[in-house]
Amino acid sequence: MPGSTRASSIADAPRLPALEDTARIQPAPSVGYARLIWRQFIAHRPAVIGAIILTTFVLLAVFVPLLSPYSPSEPDLFNQLAPPSLQHPLGTDPLGRDVLTRLLYGARISLTVGVLSSLIAAAIGVILGAVAGYYGGWVDNALMRLVDLLLAFPAIFLLLILFATIQRSLTIVILFLGLFGWLYLARVVRGEILSLRERDFIFAAHALGASNWQLITRHLVPNVMGAIIVTFTLDVALNMLAEGTLSFLGFGVPDSTPSWGNMLNGAASYYTRAPLLTIAPGLAITLAVLAVNFIGDGLRDALDPHVRHV
Amino acid sequence: MTTYFARRILGAIPLLIGISLVSFIFLHAMPGGPDALLARNSRMTAEQLANVRRSLGLDQPLPVQYARWFGNILRGDFGLSFTQFRPVSQIIGERIPHTLRLVIPAILLSIALALAGGILSAVWRYSPADHIISGLSFLGLAMPVFWFGLMLQLLFSVQLGWLPSADMTSGDGSLIAGVKHLIMPVLTLAIGTVAGWSRYIRASTLEVAGQDFVRTARAKGLSERLVIARHTLRNALIPFVTVVAIDIPFFLTGAVVTETIFSWPGLGRLFFDALRSRDYPVLMGLLVYAAILIVVFNIIADLIYAWLDPRIKYR
Repeated sequence: MPGSTRASSIADAPRLPALEDTARIQPAPSVGYARLIWRQFIAHRPAVIGAIILTTFVLLAVFVPLLSPYSPSEPDLFNQLAPPSLQHPLGTDPLGRDVLTRLLYGARISLTVGVLSSLIAAAIGVILGAVAGYYGGWVDNALMRLVDLLLAFPAIFLLLILFATIQRSLTIVILFLGLFGWLYLARVVRGEILSLRERDFIFAAHALGASNWQLITRHLVPNVMGAIIVTFTLDVALNMLAEGTLSFLGFGVPDSTPSWGNMLNGAASYYTRAPLLTIAPGLAITLAVLAVNFIGDGLRDALDPHVRHV
Repeated sequence: MTTYFARRILGAIPLLIGISLVSFIFLHAMPGGPDALLARNSRMTAEQLANVRRSLGLDQPLPVQYARWFGNILRGDFGLSFTQFRPVSQIIGERIPHTLRLVIPAILLSIALALAGGILSAVWRYSPADHIISGLSFLGLAMPVFWFGLMLQLLFSVQLGWLPSADMTSGDGSLIAGVKHLIMPVLTLAIGTVAGWSRYIRASTLEVAGQDFVRTARAKGLSERLVIARHTLRNALIPFVTVVAIDIPFFLTGAVVTETIFSWPGLGRLFFDALRSRDYPVLMGLLVYAAILIVVFNIIADLIYAWLDPRIKYR
């Protein structure tokens, strides 16, 4: 990011005031863009809490093989539906597997699905949105009618039908969530670029001989990055919820890999004997989605130049 | 207004054709479509299979199948269900009243709660009440809807035993029994929308509250109550009406999850059952039905907006 090197040089020069006081001061004119956004983000308390929760989830998910002595998939038929104990803090499931271990392995799946499918969606959405907004004319018309058409279907209907007819796998779930998730972002990017296209700095770049490709990738898309990042973050949350719903209904991630969604599939049969089977995975989804949404909210405030307070 | 309306209707025709095409491709051209389903049935001889395919029209080329199917749905004929051997339109028709019994109270409840929550948190901005309402909204948006339903069941049916967990036909058929069956599914269906809508109302109310004409209203000495009721809310709620109209079809989508959890015999449950038994004609019928609802309510939303907001010029 341009300017971030300059920002580091001023970091030690004036003493930074305590966080509580930052609301009252004006930013030094030489503060770099990245640092400005970082300060803005840090000042947003829910966003910081969200970042902490999410980091904890990621660390636990990465290091769970070191933390837990149990396998997430190996059944232990002598230990079915064990109540919470020191050995099994959240008890065991109907096949005797440790619920906490499965929950942490499930975090891997949910977070992977959320992030990767949103990356696919963002790639498609940015490319198609930029092309539609920049070229306009029939390209724009055709792409936007396609978006209208696909938005006319409830996405979950299409996804359920797809997953019911083809061989399910983790890759397929990620791929299709991505393939159906780009519509909104494409509209946002198109709209922004449509208006940016007429600005003087674009005419200037054009006059200096920039190619279409350079105009789009160097001048237009970077100026829409804020909206893209915010939409991407909120998409991660939505896709985690979608994975949960699809897997809960039995049409998402295959049962062999524990995900928060498929752990809930069938859990309702054990309401009385093991209510934790239902409570724990849902709480995990809620916490993770809440964290991601808080981060998205913080990023929105930090990246939107109209709401600068720091 | 009439010409605008006519133009919107005409403009929707290519969209509707596109919808039928996508639905058809989705369900017929997919690997594992009806053809593969029949071929997997090992009890049929090759000759029987050929007969069934011919009687269902599956031996024709795909474009011919599409043309025939499209011609039929224009006449309201969605074909015969693979599992129930009855017209799809009849099966869907039977389920609509059950879904409406769930969806209408859920929409009304969502509107009421969202209005109350959104307006209160905008009027008392940054107060503890605002923080609580905003926090609850964030929670409502983050919770998987189906899990909220499961938690309600766990608490009110299993632990407390106050409400029946499923099967709306159980009970003595009295009004109270009917209402008891409705409470949890309606709450489940409403939760996500309430959260989203109240955030929306809060934002649009705050936006309007910062505008010049609101300051003018205050400056000319109107009471705070009148400023909020007559000037702020009236303008802030116009876009909300259209949001409600656009979101109404998605209650149907939400009903897939809710009706499955509470075994409610409506359209959502029908979709889920048809999915499990691969009842393609039913799935296609429901898909087209849902898409048409979405298109229709989008047009309705635009019309309401043009009607309520005199600043909008419709051509």
